[in-house]
Formats: sequence, C-alpha cells, structure tokens
Amino acid sequence: MQVRFEVNGKTAEVEVEPRLSLADCLRHQLRLTGTHVGCEHGVCGACTIIVDGAAVRSCLMLAVQAEGSKIMTVEGLSNDGELTPLQKSFRKHHALQCGFCTPGMLTTAHALLSEEPDCDAARVREVLSGNLCRCTGYISIVEAVLDARAAYKKHAGASS
Amino acid sequence: MRTVNTLIGSPIERIEDLRFLRGRGQYVDDLAREGLLHAAILRSSVAHGRICAIDVARARELAGVHSVITANDIGIPVPRVPMRLQPLPEFEAVGQPVIAEDKVRYVGEAIALVLADSAGVAEDALGLIEVEIEPLPAVADRVASASNSTLLFEQKRSNLAMTFRAVRGDAAAAFNNAPYTRRESFRTQRHMALPMEPRGLLAEWDPARGRLTVSGAAKVLFFNRRTLAKQLGIPEHAIELIENDVGGGFGARGEFYPEDFLIPFAARHAGRPVKWTEDRREHLMTVNHARQAECDVEIACTRDGIILGLRGHAFVDVGAYMRTNGAVGARNVAQFMSGPYRIENIDIDVSLLLTNKTPVGTYRGPGRFETDFFRERLFDIVAKDLGIDRVEFRRRNLVPQAAMPYAIATITPYESKDELDSGDYHVMLERCLEEIKWQENAKLQGKAVNGRYHGLALGCFIEGGAAGPKETARIVLEPDGFFSVYVGSSGIGQGLETAFAQIAADALEAPMERIRGVFHGTTSYVSDGYGAYHSRSIVMGGSAILAAAENLMNAVRAQAAKHLGCEAAEVEIAEGMKAVSRGGKSIALKDLAGAGISAEGAFLNKKHTYTYGAHAAHVAVDPKLGHVDLIDYVVVEDCGRIINPRTVHGQTIGSVVQ
Repeated sequence: MQVRFEVNGKTAEVEVEPRLSLADCLRHQLRLTGTHVGCEHGVCGACTIIVDGAAVRSCLMLAVQAEGSKIMTVEGLSNDGELTPLQKSFRKHHALQCGFCTPGMLTTAHALLSEEPDCDAARVREVLSGNLCRCTGYISIVEAVLDARAAYKKHAGASS
Repeated sequence: MRTVNTLIGSPIERIEDLRFLRGRGQYVDDLAREGLLHAAILRSSVAHGRICAIDVARARELAGVHSVITANDIGIPVPRVPMRLQPLPEFEAVGQPVIAEDKVRYVGEAIALVLADSAGVAEDALGLIEVEIEPLPAVADRVASASNSTLLFEQKRSNLAMTFRAVRGDAAAAFNNAPYTRRESFRTQRHMALPMEPRGLLAEWDPARGRLTVSGAAKVLFFNRRTLAKQLGIPEHAIELIENDVGGGFGARGEFYPEDFLIPFAARHAGRPVKWTEDRREHLMTVNHARQAECDVEIACTRDGIILGLRGHAFVDVGAYMRTNGAVGARNVAQFMSGPYRIENIDIDVSLLLTNKTPVGTYRGPGRFETDFFRERLFDIVAKDLGIDRVEFRRRNLVPQAAMPYAIATITPYESKDELDSGDYHVMLERCLEEIKWQENAKLQGKAVNGRYHGLALGCFIEGGAAGPKETARIVLEPDGFFSVYVGSSGIGQGLETAFAQIAADALEAPMERIRGVFHGTTSYVSDGYGAYHSRSIVMGGSAILAAAENLMNAVRAQAAKHLGCEAAEVEIAEGMKAVSRGGKSIALKDLAGAGISAEGAFLNKKHTYTYGAHAAHVAVDPKLGHVDLIDYVVVEDCGRIINPRTVHGQTIGSVVQ
C-alpha cells in the first residue's frame, strides 16, 4: 500500500505492507534509525515518536495509519548545529548511558514540556513511567527534564 | 606547559552523548546491506523432549524464503558453545550444541534457522515448520535435579554438573564446642540483565577473499573470534568482529551464544549477508539468566558475637547447559560467602545443578548478589539471637586494616588463592551509617509513623575488579596532528570513550579536543584484546592506554630529536601540539607525523583485587496496601581513583535501581 506523511518537515511517500509497523517503516524504509525498537509491544517506550503533537509508540502503530500525519522523530528535534536545551540538559545531568532508550525519553519529554512547561517532578515521573531505562536509574532523567522546563516556557506553544 | 592530569577526576560531559542525543548512534539493527537476508529462529516450546522429526518442506516453499537450516545441514555433531571462564573437564559433556541435535533441554533452544528476504517472511516461515517432540519430564528445581530421576544428559548419569568447595581453616573444629551456632536456609530467585537493546548480528561472507565480517559483537570480541574461527574452520585473521554501539550489557550481552555461530554460518551457507535481530520474547528465553541459588548455611560464634566459623551447602540452578561463563556465579557464591568479614574457618560447597531452564551466565556482581543477601540476612538473625546491635555485630567482624592482606577461602578444583588486599572497612561502614543518619533513624525501626512502619537495613560487600590477564591499546599520531586511540576493551554503554579520552589526553599532555576518537572492541584495532567484564575496563584498558601513550611519546621524541638536532631526552611535548627542544627550537606534531606514528602498549595483571563498600536502606511500609516507600538509600564504596565522577555516580545509581 502507498502511504504518505510528513517526517521531520519533509514529505515521505512509501510503499508498505499493511502489516508493517510505523517503527519498522521509519527505521528500515526511511532509514531514520534513531527511533529504537526494544520490545515491540508498547512496554519499553524506546520507539516513541511525536505524531501530530502527541507522543506515540511507533511499534503499536501501523505505517498505513500514519497517512496524512505530521511526524517528528528524535532526528527532528535538533538541527545539525547545536543540541536543543532538552538534549543539553540530558547531557549535563548524565541522563543517558547506552543511549538506546534516549530517543524515546527525549520525544516523550519534548511532547510533555511542549504541552506542560510548568509540570512538576511528580508529573514528569508519571509521564516517563511509560519509558524503560536499564542504565541510569531514572533519577538523572527526571532532573534533566525538570531542568529543561525553562526553555519551553519561553517558547511555549511554538514547538510541535 | 599544561598541568598534568587535569582531566582525570573531572566531571567531563560524555563524548558519546553527542551522537546518542541526536539519534545518530549506530546499533547493529540500524545497519543495512544490499542483498540482505533476514534470519529467524524456530525455538523449542518444550522444556525437555526428544526431537522425533523436523519437517521444513512447507517453510522452504514459501515465497521469499531462501533456506532453512537445521542441525543436519550443519553436520552432527554441531559445534558446542565453549566455556570462556573455568573451562573445566567436568563441563565438556554439558556444553550447549549451537542448534538442537536430538534433544531440547529448555524453552527457547534453537531448532531451525530460516533465511528469507524479509524478517516478516522469515517469521512466517517458522510457523510452517513442523517439529515432532516427544516430551520428557521437565526438571524444574533443586529437588528434581538432585534426585536424578530424570537426567538431562544420560551419558553424564547425573544432573550435578560439578561442585565447587571453598575452604579456609578448620570449620569442623570451630563448630565443635562453639558456644553458639545457628543454621538457616535462604534462596534467591532468577534474574536476568535485560539490556534495552535486543541482541543482533549481521554477518557477511566474502567468498573470493575467504573473509568473514560480523557486526553486532560485544564484550569479548577476541575470544568470540577465536571460537568462531575454530568452529568454522577458517583462520582468525580472516574474521573481523565489529563492535557497534551497544545498548547495554550488564554481563549478559556479548558472550558467545549459539546465534554467534549460526548467523555467520548462515551467511557463508547462503553466500549473502545475513542479519538477525531477536525480539524481546526471544531475548527473555535465550539470553543468560542468573542468580537462582539456595543455601543451607550454619554459623558459629562466641557469645559476644565474634564469628568462629561458617559452613554449609549452596545449590545454584545453572539451567540446561554450561555456557561460556556459567560457572562464575556459583564459584563466587562459594568464595565470597564471607564477604568483607574475618571468618577464620570456612567450609562451603556449591553444587551446580542442571535443570530444564535457560542456561545461566554472569550478571552484575555474579554470585555476590546472592551471597551478600544470604550472609547479611544471617547476620541480622544472629545479632538478634545474641542480643547484640546488628551494626556492632558487623563492626566486630569486619576485617581490620591491620589484618590485611587477609586470605579468603580457597576454591577447589581451582586452588585459587585470593586475599582482601587493602582498605579501611571500618571507615567505610561508619561513613555509610553517618550518611543515612543511622543513629537517629534506627529509633524508627519497627515503629509506625502515620500508619507506615519504618525499617532500616545495612549490608557490606566486596567486589572484584580488574581481571587479567591483559589488555592492549594503540595510539596513533595522525598526519594532521590529532591522536586516535584504539583499545581492546569493549563499550557496552558505560561511557568508555569519554573516560579513555580523559586518560589518553592526560597521558599525552594534550587537550581532550586533540583526541580524534577512542575506537574500541573491534578485532582489527589492536593485536589482542580481552574486552569488558569483571569491572576491568578502566583499570586494564586505561592502563594499556597509559602504556601506549608513553611508548608513543617516546617515539615522537625520537622523531623530533632528529628534526631538532638534539637528544630525544631533551625533547618536551607541549600541549600535544608541538615538540620543543631544550634550546627552544620546536616543530609541530603534524609536521613530524608523516604518514602517522603509532605505538602499542599493554597492561598485564595476575592479581585479583577487591574493592568494598556498604549499602543502607531506609523504607516505610504501608501494612494495609503493602506499598514500600524508599525513604533513603546510601551507597558507600571505595572507588579508588575516579576518572569521571559523573559516570561513576551514574553507574552506581543505575546499578542500585537495576
């Protein structure tokens, strides 16, 4: 089947099997391998992407369901030049080790902060509870997200 | 001149993060190749059974399927997964065939491999393979295994793979007439490491050159290459194992698993690149499990709480086969039962029992997790019996600094002699108590506050590190004056590149920006390597980098001396940028480098060393809901010289939560 959607600001048109997950389509057909697949059943959150502003598990969505959507993956968060404040905050707080869960953490946090730049620690924990990390023990990830809130307040509403 | 050693000890932000945060890490499943075949593996759904028939005809006929491989296609007997550590003769009969031959012995054991044009078709084809298995009784626990009423390996005539024994002093004599003894039983359940990234391999066979390239290798690439070379009958130098970014290891990932033979074999068999990425269900069934142990242990003490002896039996459930490092946990249960305590008389044996479960291997602190719990729980019980404060009981028995080096139990059949080399265990304990405000909070022990019962706990441990025998590094001064560092250690997500760049830059007296990159793991980088396990990378790999840096600096000085018309000893290297003679003449390193100057270095270590520490927890439990609230958790550990405090802190918190 033919499917057409926008990824990181560019139009993508791909021929897919109806059973192909959006995660596999992004990774293997569009070569956007920043989106990671850790469990393939919606538990680990590593494949989280932003579809029309909402954080979505791309392993639980079929590529054909993305027809007409606007998608942002981890590759779309920053341009080549500089890390975004959220990415910088992850680095500063040592909020990643092996980096495998990191794209899902970033997209989930980006969607949260874009909507709720004033969220508190409890809210950050609640939202990130859907993303697993085996390396960090989470504390530094929560700190990094909280520390990045200021940047979203300034641009509240501007990010997708 | 730059002050030496300004990077070591600094909380440098990680180099790796720049690619990971942008989604530019490259993990093995991210790789693509022209003409790629995808592999899927049919796994046993039966814990124990005899294979009567495998019919792959329908699977072979499915459009898009290239081939189906079973044991017969490989040639019986198929290769066995070798023991990397403790390769004792007892284990030869219980090694794992890389694919099931006549029996299956755990759920998840490989029976057939399908190669197809897509991963989807390969998985579809698995459903078309018909396997007839005559079920045998499943040996599921210690009692069933020890009874030998069902045997996993008929020719071995026993489910007991082997027994380790840890002995120090004369336990029998210590227990005779001991004023106080107590016997207890403890058990720990199975765990597994569960890295976020599932395993994967991409194998490419070049028939013209007879060369094999395998991406997705991790942890112990040189050992795995030696193994693969033997099994495939091709020379080691014709195989390159490539380490990509690795999404967590924790001891389990990177060992030589059956797939580490099957996928390269399939690539040679098909004459096309073959990729396999396991799914999470497969991972749960197949990757090394760990930590399932039980013990019946007895302690003897004086009435004032001085330990006289420790004896007993432990039983480790090793699963269906002995794999590469499957004996390590059991061995450590025996040897480290005494932990950081002075126990003069020890006699503990550990039985390695085969069961119809996934084989075991190392997972973070193998054997120590189990035995630390057994020992510390026993101490709490004993202290209560004797009416001695549990902290005071530990104080009285920790090995005092004056008694070091202190010999710990000797392990047979190894006859390994180890000792607690150094440290101040009492200072460590007091620091931990202080940090968790033990004195103040211990008053809450067992009391209900706002409907929640408070409890505190304390445990001390030792931790081995810096396993030998060797690590190798090579540093190249590139033609443009930058340095590239190559090392046999492996990255498993722990931040190796940053820590090694800190060490290299300090050793080369250069700013960190002059380090072009730290390249690790891959077998073509250095002549020999040992990889990442047993908390060894910083000590072994870092020291090899120091040696290589010294050799390189000497080579650069010698080269500079020719240009500057002086003795090599008179040359100083400034900021890793230029060589300066005593007379003040200088030459930029990039002008010296020519086509590049390279030097290797190695670090050898035979001695086992042990660090030590204590953990303390303060929890509150809601008796109605059973909810446990972690109020505080403190870890104190002697880290030696810290290279990067940020990564040490991150690793410690991560491991506690894990």
